[in-house]
Amino acid sequence: MSRTLLKGNVAIAEAAVRAGLQAYFGYPITPQTELLEYLASRMVELDRVFLQAESEVAAINMVYGAACSGVRAMTSSSSPGFSLMQEGLSYIAASDVPCVVVDVMRGGPGLGNIQPSQADYFQVTRSAGHGDYHPIVLAPASVQEAIDFTTLAFELAERYRHLVILAADGQIGQMMEPAELPPMQSARETRPEWALSGANGRKKNVITSLHMQPEDEEAFNQKIQRRLAKIRQVEQRSVEYWTNDAELLVIGYGTAGRIAYTAVERAREMGMKVGLLRPQTLWPFPEERISELADEIQSCLVVEMNAGQMIEDVRLATSGQVPIEFFGRMGGMIPMPDEILNAIEASYARITRPVAHHANGVRG
Amino acid sequence: MVTLIEDVPATMQVVYQRPESLSCVSTHYCPGCTHGIAHRLLAEALDELGLRDRTILVAPVGCSVFAYNYFEVDGCEAAHGRAPAMATGLKRVQPDRIVVTYQGDGDLVSIGAAEILHAAARGENITTIFVNNAVYGMTGGQMAPTTLLGQKTTSSPFGRNVSSSGYPIRMSELLSQLDGTAYIVRRSLHDVAHIRKAKKAIVTALKAQMHGLGFSMVELLSSCPTNWGIPADQALNWIAENMLPYYPVGDYKVHPEVTTL
Amino acid sequence: MQNEFLFAGFGGQGVMFAGQLLAYAAMDAGLEVTWIPSYGPEMRGGTAHCIVVVSDKAIGSPIVRQPTIAIIFNNPSFIKYAPQVKSEGILIFNETLISARTDRSDITTLAVPATQMAEKLGNTRLTNVLLLGAALRAVPVIPVEAVRGALETHLPARHRDLLPLNLQALEAGVSYRMPTSVTP
Repeated sequence: MSRTLLKGNVAIAEAAVRAGLQAYFGYPITPQTELLEYLASRMVELDRVFLQAESEVAAINMVYGAACSGVRAMTSSSSPGFSLMQEGLSYIAASDVPCVVVDVMRGGPGLGNIQPSQADYFQVTRSAGHGDYHPIVLAPASVQEAIDFTTLAFELAERYRHLVILAADGQIGQMMEPAELPPMQSARETRPEWALSGANGRKKNVITSLHMQPEDEEAFNQKIQRRLAKIRQVEQRSVEYWTNDAELLVIGYGTAGRIAYTAVERAREMGMKVGLLRPQTLWPFPEERISELADEIQSCLVVEMNAGQMIEDVRLATSGQVPIEFFGRMGGMIPMPDEILNAIEASYARITRPVAHHANGVRG
Repeated sequence: MVTLIEDVPATMQVVYQRPESLSCVSTHYCPGCTHGIAHRLLAEALDELGLRDRTILVAPVGCSVFAYNYFEVDGCEAAHGRAPAMATGLKRVQPDRIVVTYQGDGDLVSIGAAEILHAAARGENITTIFVNNAVYGMTGGQMAPTTLLGQKTTSSPFGRNVSSSGYPIRMSELLSQLDGTAYIVRRSLHDVAHIRKAKKAIVTALKAQMHGLGFSMVELLSSCPTNWGIPADQALNWIAENMLPYYPVGDYKVHPEVTTL
Repeated sequence: MQNEFLFAGFGGQGVMFAGQLLAYAAMDAGLEVTWIPSYGPEMRGGTAHCIVVVSDKAIGSPIVRQPTIAIIFNNPSFIKYAPQVKSEGILIFNETLISARTDRSDITTLAVPATQMAEKLGNTRLTNVLLLGAALRAVPVIPVEAVRGALETHLPARHRDLLPLNLQALEAGVSYRMPTSVTP
C-alpha cells in the first residue's frame, strides 16, 4: 500500500474516477477548480464523459440527466456555485436518482472570497433546495478522508437512491497530504432497472418529480421520510478523541475539527479533561453519540468556521442537558489552535462542579 | 374514452391509427390546442424511423409538462428551461440513444435561453421540438419572450410594448447562427399543408441526430385559443395572420449532409 | 517531534515548489506531513507562502500561527514573518534580496546569499532549492537523500533539463557554512 502526496481537490477527483465515475459536469470556481481541471484530462483518457457546462445551473441538470440513465455522475462547486445548483438538487432528491455533489466551501455570503469556510452548513444539511428532505452530507477533515468519503458517497447514493453531498472546505481542497487511493473500479456496464435507456422490450420508465395530486405528493414525501429515518438510524458517523473522561466536549467537523484536535491535545497536556467529537456525517448528525456523551460531560464547546450553525444540532442532541458554548471564525478566516485553546480554557473554567460530589469523586 | 379495435376485418383497411409511440391515453390539453398535433407528428416520426425503443423524451415545465405521459418512450421531467442540459447528460452517457426535448416558448426562449444556446453551440446531438404559441400557457396567459408587439396578455394588458418589454425573439434565426447546429427550421401547425411539412421536418431532425450531425430543432408555430381568448378555428387563422409575418416558416440552417439524408 | 516550516516570498520564486519538495521528501522518509498554500490574488504577484508541517505522528492542525522554521525569500515576507517565528525557532533568509534585519534574540537567524549562489550556478531560479538545502542543514529532520529523490521524481516535466543544476543547488545549500547568527 503506497502513499501519494495529493492535493484534496485532485484526491477527490481521482477517488471518484476510481469509484467508477462515468460522467462529470462542472463549472470553474475557486477553490475547487483543480477538481474540474484534473477530470478534464483524466476522464477523457478513460473514455468517460467530461463536460465543462455553461453554468452551475446547467452542470447540475446535466448530472441529473446522466444520473437518470443510471450511471455514476457527479459535479463539484464552491459556495456561490453551489447556491446556483439548489433547484437541480431538489429535483434530483425528488426523483430517487443517486447523485454525488462536492461543495468545497468558501467565505460568504455573496461573492465573499475564496478562503476556506464552513458557512454552507445550513444549506447542505437543511435543504440543499426547496422541499422536505435532507441530503446525506459527509465532511472530510483530511485528504485521506476526502478520498474515503468520495468512495462512500457513491456507495450511499446508490444504496439509498439519494443525493449525497461531500462538504469540504477550501483548506481540504487546497491542502496536500500523503494519502492512499483505493483500487480502480471500472465503469459499470449494467444499468439499474429504473434507468432511462430506451423502452426496449420493457414498459417505459419515467423519472419525474411532479405529483399533481397532493395525496400522491404526500405519499411520495412519506416515502422520502421513511428513507431518511432509516439513514438517520444507521448512517451517523463521528470520531472521538479523549472523550472517556471528558468534562468538556469540543465538537467540530472538517478543518475546524482538525484544528480543534491540536487545541484539545494541548488542553490535555495542560491537565484539562477535554474531549473532541468530530462529526463525519453532518446529516445524519451524530446525535446518538452526542446524546450519550451529554450524560457524562459538564459542558460543550462547538467550533466552526461560521457563525455557529451547528449549535442548533448540538442543542437538539444534548436536549438542554449541558451549556453549549461556541467559538468560530467567519468570512474565510481559519481558527488558530491557540485561539481554540483559549476558548477551551475559558469554557473549562466556567464549568461548575458541585463541591460535595467532588469530594466523593462523583460527577454531578 | 379510447377504444381499440383489436382485429380488423379482412374487408376493411386501416388508413389511420394511433402511432405505437403515442400512449393510449387522453391528454389534458385544451380544445383547439395544437400540442396534440405536435405530439402525434413526433410519435409518427419516431415510429417511421423505428426509434421508439431507444428514445428518451425530456419534458419541460409548461403546458407540455406531462408529455412523458403521452409517449410510449422512456421519459423524464426537467426543471423549467433545463431540458437541453438534462438531455445533454442523458445523451453524453448513451450516445446511441435518441434524446428529444419538447419545450415551449417560455421554457426555451426565456428561462432556458442559456441552456438551449449552449447545447446548440456545442452541437449537442439532440433534437428539440420547440412549440411557439407566443404566450405562457400553463400559468394562464402571461407575456412570453415570443409574444408579439401589441399582443395583449395577462401580464401585458395594454399590449406588448417595445419601450418596456423589448422585441419578440426569433429563436430559429438566432440559433441558426451557431456552428454547432445541423438543422434549424420553423414550421407551422395552422393548416394541413403546413402540418405535413412540419412532420417531414421532424423526421429530418431525428435523422440528423441518428447520423450524429449535431443539434437539430424544429420550431412549431402553435395555437393557444384559451389564453389568446378566441375560438379554436379563429386561433388557427390568428397564427397565419399574426405569427407568420413575424415568424416566417423556413429552413434557417441545413447542414450540407442533412440534405443527403 | 513536530516541525513547522513556513516558506514565503514572491509568487514565481518557487516558494510553493520548495514546500512541496519538502513534503514529498518527508512522505518518502515515512513521516506524516501536510502542505497548505496561500491561494488567491497572492498567486499573481505579491507574497505567496505555504506551510509544511512534518511530524512523526498524525498531524492535527495543518496551520500554525508561529512556525518553528521560516524560510524567507524576499523583503516583504521578511518584514511580515520574522516577528512570527516561534521563540527558539530558526529564521533562514535570502540575504541577496533581503535588506531588512530583525532584532529578535530569541531565534536563530541564518543568512544565505541564495540568489547570488544560484546565479553562480547559472540560474537564479535555483534559489528555492538552495534555501531548502540550507534549511535541512540547520534542521536535519529529513535525510537530504529523500529531497534528492523527490527532485528526481517531482521536478515538473518542463524543467526536467534543470535536474542536474537543481541537485547541485541542493548540495550547495546543504554544504553552505552559515554564520551562526546575523546581528542587526
